[in-house]
Amino acid sequence: MDSRKGIKTALTIVTLLLAAAVIYFGDSHLSRFQIRILNLAAIFVILGLSLNLVVGFTGMFSLGHSGFMCVGAYTAAILTMSPESKELIYYMEPIVPVLKNIEWPVIPATVMGGVVAAIFGVLVGFPALRLRDDYLAIATLGFAEIIRIIVTNTISITNGALGLKNIPSEKSLWFYWGICILTILILKALINSSWGYAFKAIRDNEIAAEAMGVSVFKHKLLSFTIGAFFAGIAGAMMSFLITSIDPTMFRFLFTFQILLIVVLGGMGSLTGSVIAGVVVTIAMEWLRIVERPMHLFGMDVPGIPGMRMVIFALLLLIIILFYRQGLMGTREFNWDWVLDKLGVAKSKERGVS
Amino acid sequence: MLKIENLEVYYGGIHALKGITLEVPENKIVTLVGANGAGKSTTLRAISGLVSPSAGRITFKGEDITGKKTVDIVKGGITLIPEGRRIFANLTVLENLKMGAYARKDKEEIKKDMGKIFELFPRLKEREWQQAGTLSGGEQQMLAIGRALMSRPQLLMMDEPSLGLAPLLVKEVFNIIQDIYNQGMTILLIEQNAAAALQIADYGYVLETGRIVLEGPGKELADNDEVRRAYLGKA
Repeated sequence: MDSRKGIKTALTIVTLLLAAAVIYFGDSHLSRFQIRILNLAAIFVILGLSLNLVVGFTGMFSLGHSGFMCVGAYTAAILTMSPESKELIYYMEPIVPVLKNIEWPVIPATVMGGVVAAIFGVLVGFPALRLRDDYLAIATLGFAEIIRIIVTNTISITNGALGLKNIPSEKSLWFYWGICILTILILKALINSSWGYAFKAIRDNEIAAEAMGVSVFKHKLLSFTIGAFFAGIAGAMMSFLITSIDPTMFRFLFTFQILLIVVLGGMGSLTGSVIAGVVVTIAMEWLRIVERPMHLFGMDVPGIPGMRMVIFALLLLIIILFYRQGLMGTREFNWDWVLDKLGVAKSKERGVS
Repeated sequence: MLKIENLEVYYGGIHALKGITLEVPENKIVTLVGANGAGKSTTLRAISGLVSPSAGRITFKGEDITGKKTVDIVKGGITLIPEGRRIFANLTVLENLKMGAYARKDKEEIKKDMGKIFELFPRLKEREWQQAGTLSGGEQQMLAIGRALMSRPQLLMMDEPSLGLAPLLVKEVFNIIQDIYNQGMTILLIEQNAAAALQIADYGYVLETGRIVLEGPGKELADNDEVRRAYLGKA
């Protein structure tokens, strides 16, 4: 049906190999600071993608992402920390004996972080997804805060407000970007599957979707749970990157940072979330210059912490007012577009790319 | 084919349907006419399982389908075209049609039906790759009908297919309904445009505040003085 199929597969493989080469050289040639920023970018790309699945593709305005991230981060941290450091850190109240001697490798712990977050996703989604729009946003926001309060108060499991330290560190680009690329591939496959079409149908018109025989609640819960799973994965990666976590990290403001990525990139575009995730993370670091003391027009301006967020808030305002589609709208990067630009002969019948 | 007995529906405290009994025989067009709030849409929504009735029985081909889930009702052969078109605006025309066949698994047959629908609506074939939200109102209505046909229903229920369309397009939509009917489809049609609906219907029911006040063959109802006064705007 599509004569370009071979070319496109080849291009995808070449791109993946190229990405692997970039990661390989990046790991040995970039500075530790640069690698750290890139790893953070990978985490934000996953967060953006997972929230976009829920908000952009299924049309559920959820603000509970930081809660699921929190669950994933704590799960992964507790599973990987060594028994000695657990003994050291839990000095207010000793850790429950079941968890004390567990010491998992990083990757299974990351997956487990996602799984536990997904379980919370089902628990939260079951009651909350009966609501929609603003009401759903408020409910999920509330649930995320509840999760955070629970984490703060179950001291014998999470060490409460003191947080966790000495989490095994993972520094290589491979780990972060490997999982990130895997996430992109999985979500792309999901979006183009019949589940994905059901999600998009629900987003566009819930009543029509139901009249077509899509069981709306089941698919909403599915999308929400998958979103929570990847948020948990990202949370786990975050704890391996920063190596110390505490409940205040996962306040709801964090969700807005992810929402910024989704809106900036375009609700309903995976490509947009990937680009916006990288750009926002790097810009966040680069914009630290505006927080330093400056000379402006002959005046001494003292350093104002939080100036970066003001700039992002303005950016968001401008996007909402003038460019509501975001960077990509609902469009996706695809090879057809590239090949069209390059003038490669078109097949007689266009295939679904 | 479809039988409704003493159907009652409440929306909270509002008694929307107060015991409705009607029948849709096979290969017929049956229409429900009535003013706003008479309970026409509610009847359709109850049949397709979108609202659950508090009393009464709905049977389809002898099988009780009262309170069944929408998914199972669609699989069982009843498809609703909801009011106001409700196409999936961000999906392409082709994707919209594919969504219509969501409850089906027989790929070959789906492809065949797709061909039939493009035959019925050549305009949709031309716009296969266009986002459905960019279609005109009439094309969207055709897409909504095409999408419903993709589920290969035995009974097609239409909720105000002429809503918001120009008179010329209304005529076209009614021609299409007639076409589909001629191909052997059973149709349950709701219309504000009572004159046009009663013209093509084999049988009609007149609803008033949740009750059936009048019934009879379509042409007869169209000539009935009471109906003409109340719904057709003629003295």
